[in-house]
Amino acid sequence: MPEWLRLALVIAGKDVRAELRSRTAILSAVVFAALVLVVFNFARDPTALAAVDLAPSVLWVTFALAAMLALNRAFTIEQENAALDGLLLAPVPREALFAGKLLANLAFVGTVEAVTLPLFVLFFNVDLGAALPGIIGVTALATIGFVTVGTIFSAMAVRTRFAELMLPVLLLPFMVPPLIGAVQVTARLLAGRPLSEMMGWLRLLALYDLVFVILCSLVFTAVVDE
Amino acid sequence: MPSSDGRRLLEATGLRRAYGRRQVLRDIDLTVAAGEAVAVAGPNGAGKTTLLRVLAGLARPDRGEVRLEGQPLRRDAPEIRRAVGLVSHQTLLYDDLTLHENLTFAARLYGLPTPAAAARSALDEAGLGARADESPRRLSRGLAQRAAIARALLHRPRVLLLDEPFTALDAAASERLRDELRARREQGLGIVLVTHQLGEAWAVATRIAVIVEGRWACDETLAGSLEGFLPRYQELIGA
Repeated sequence: MPEWLRLALVIAGKDVRAELRSRTAILSAVVFAALVLVVFNFARDPTALAAVDLAPSVLWVTFALAAMLALNRAFTIEQENAALDGLLLAPVPREALFAGKLLANLAFVGTVEAVTLPLFVLFFNVDLGAALPGIIGVTALATIGFVTVGTIFSAMAVRTRFAELMLPVLLLPFMVPPLIGAVQVTARLLAGRPLSEMMGWLRLLALYDLVFVILCSLVFTAVVDE
Repeated sequence: MPSSDGRRLLEATGLRRAYGRRQVLRDIDLTVAAGEAVAVAGPNGAGKTTLLRVLAGLARPDRGEVRLEGQPLRRDAPEIRRAVGLVSHQTLLYDDLTLHENLTFAARLYGLPTPAAAARSALDEAGLGARADESPRRLSRGLAQRAAIARALLHRPRVLLLDEPFTALDAAASERLRDELRARREQGLGIVLVTHQLGEAWAVATRIAVIVEGRWACDETLAGSLEGFLPRYQELIGA
């Protein structure tokens, strides 16, 4: 195993262990996601709009907002007792540190999404059926993109006075492209449309992931170093 | 007496660092040899902590260079950071992990061959073996400081940087820390100790350097008594 990957897994493992101990981010994000779904469920008029038409947007707004809560914790945990200094002092390339934080965030947000999806099916009575593998695929593709950007902004926001307010302000504009793509693909999957109709959006999501994973790995050093 | 063998562990030359318009470090030079302990004293805001962060590689100097064992401390050469251990104002420990998990994590970051055993041994050495499964948040200030030192020394650094390590320690804990630092120094560790407490500096250091407004006001081998130095120190810092 390459050394940078070993170090990234060590850092991700530490974050997961700390989260399992406190359950702060996961629990609050899951409860928040459930509340958002409840609000949307009661706020919509079923006679005016079919659930299946509204469902893709609701699903992705819920994922995005819940992810924001989980991402907030990524670097606040490093602020306790100046633990980030301990990471920066160690012989760990900054790219490995970024990869470790990214992997941990993907695990958190993925867990929140895995819990949210069945709740979404329950509240909106959507039959995922054959669309489920596609939904999982597009969720993975879009999540990699916005969690990558969210990891960088979480590192930036944590040094500001109002970190929890700053993260959504910084991140939401960058979430728009993957969210639009994900909503479009999800809508077509739920409507049973052929794959060819989604390829453009899937390419956009893949390109977004590629560009931002490379870009964020490169700028991470400038973000964390004094 | 200092057991310095003359081997230069840390060399800083021409360090300058500003925060905004405020120049915090102005052309600072510093050399620390193996077995040498330099106490850095000075008034609040003189640049002591910034100097320590630059020496540790946590802050980049605007100008100048830090070399550890002859190698420049650069961002793209992480291996050289193995030479440094830091005890800062805070413990660098995660409250959601136990002491043993914290030190095992640090041992893994440094690629030690048996991380869990190294962590256990470091905690035993620090007298914290019985508290290994507790969170750092449950420790007193003195015990937390011992845990922080155990973490800093876990990977056997050649240079130890300490920022006000005696703050809030009781007499017994201070004495224990002084003994520990003296013993480590005699084994060849290079030490930079930032402190306001000159008495502690006198007990541990082989050299005293006073920084005022980002410049050295003096840097000399310790000689004579603390009482003899105090009037001069007051004069240097303009008190």
